[in-house]
Amino acid sequence: MMTIKQYVRAESLEQAYQLNQVRANRVLGGMLWLNTSKLAVNTAIDLSGLGLDQIEEGEDAFSIGAMVTLRQLELHPGLNAYTQGAMAKSVQDIVGVQFRNMATVGGSLFGRFGFSDVLTMFLALDAQVELYHAGTLSIQEFAQRTPDRDLLVRVVVRKRPGRFVYQSVRNTRTDLPTLTCAVSQVDGAYRLAVGARPMKAVLLTDEEGLLAQGITPESARAFGEYAARTVPTSGNLRGSQAYRTHLVQVLTQRGILELGGDHHGA
Amino acid sequence: MELKLTLNGRAVTAQIEADTLLLDFVRSHGCTSVKRGCETTNCGLCTVLLDGKPVLSCATLAARAAGRTVTTLEGLQEEAADFVGFIADQGADQCGFCNPGFVMNTIALLRENPDPTDDDIRAYLAGNLCRCSGYEGQLRGIRAYLDSRKG
Ligand SMILES: Cc1cc2nc3c(=O)[nH]c(=O)nc-3n(C[C@H](O)[C@H](O)[C@H](O)COP(=O)(O)OP(=O)(O)OC[C@H]3O[C@@H](n4cnc5c(N)ncnc54)[C@H](O)[C@@H]3O)c2cc1C
Ligand code: FES
Ligand code: FES
Repeated sequence: MMTIKQYVRAESLEQAYQLNQVRANRVLGGMLWLNTSKLAVNTAIDLSGLGLDQIEEGEDAFSIGAMVTLRQLELHPGLNAYTQGAMAKSVQDIVGVQFRNMATVGGSLFGRFGFSDVLTMFLALDAQVELYHAGTLSIQEFAQRTPDRDLLVRVVVRKRPGRFVYQSVRNTRTDLPTLTCAVSQVDGAYRLAVGARPMKAVLLTDEEGLLAQGITPESARAFGEYAARTVPTSGNLRGSQAYRTHLVQVLTQRGILELGGDHHGA
Repeated sequence: MELKLTLNGRAVTAQIEADTLLLDFVRSHGCTSVKRGCETTNCGLCTVLLDGKPVLSCATLAARAAGRTVTTLEGLQEEAADFVGFIADQGADQCGFCNPGFVMNTIALLRENPDPTDDDIRAYLAGNLCRCSGYEGQLRGIRAYLDSRKG
């Protein structure tokens, strides 16, 4: 059980950032992950008074505040129209509606959890992460960094012509995923994000040009095989390494076929 | 620290610790329908409505509810009475421990979507676990209630 000595509702990002430089202090997102810890927190820093709970849709981009909940991502019409429903699909099996009303985008990404559906989806979206101190980075670079004492302020998803497909395999509906897989084609470039390997999600592009001549059953299969050869996996109680690698191949192939308009998959 | 909020329509002022959970706060204010089932945010037994939205009170700081409206089953007796009989008629509950969480989340579902399909109901209630039943009774009960409304 986490204990907290003092609770502060931050009045500015600067105040939150300064408080967060103290090791015993913690920023609160939805507090769902934190609550499973046994941390002795000195000051809990609540970001909920800073207006970061909105998804703003502009002409060129979506700006998603750190305190936006997973349920907001699931229900946002613009974001789901842009991603052809993939955004909703990426979060809708995370525990339950009550949980998704609390879990935040900031907490979900900042934790860089291995099992994260959210990180997998934002990698395929080629999103940008705005940090209070370090400025704006690509989600790929952010994912590779070790968590520090910075603040995640918002995530930006640029609107570029794109198609997106999200899939996950779970042993039961609301369990942590055994494998997550998001594929996209944005401005002509293919991206594949695979998470819950069970390690943190990684991003793969079509470096070998396997899809350069277009999506066909053969090219989708070849890209799936390439992904299975390239994406490292390992085993844990949810699935063996061999099973996960097989899933990488099958989900990638299906995802690519679906990107190409085949909704029945391989 | 001092906390002011509205609990089931009543203004409440109380002294709390920084880490008092909303679950313990509402229980200490007589709302014992709200239960601690798992404490790991998996079971939905501790569901309350915070400004009308269902959340898990086992992972919500009471301090975060300052100035907001918290509703528990104690404050929703009339709305619940509409459909709980239909669930009971199906013999859906065995020990009944999960029932308040199911009822709270069903209220939230029906406010958001008054005419859900069976899949909508399953998806919305996926975060409410029952250790005794196979969920079919609860689903049949809600379906029977919805059908009865259509006359
Ligand atoms: C039981 C359970 C099941 C889960 N299942 C899944 C699942 O199936 N798929 C999935 O993708 N995820 C799953 N998750 C993870 C969940 O969706 C959230 O990602 C997780 O709870 C973190 O989000 P939060 O808002 O609760 O963050 P918190 O727990 O509040 O914070 C997590 C960490 O991030 C830090 N932090 C929070 N916000 C910021 C910020 N803005 N800037 C800097 N640091 C910040 C906190 O200090 C903390 O260290 C699960 C979690 C639990 C507890
Ligand atoms: S006690 Fe809160 S979800 Fe189980
Ligand atoms: S009836 Fe016993 S837990 Fe649901």
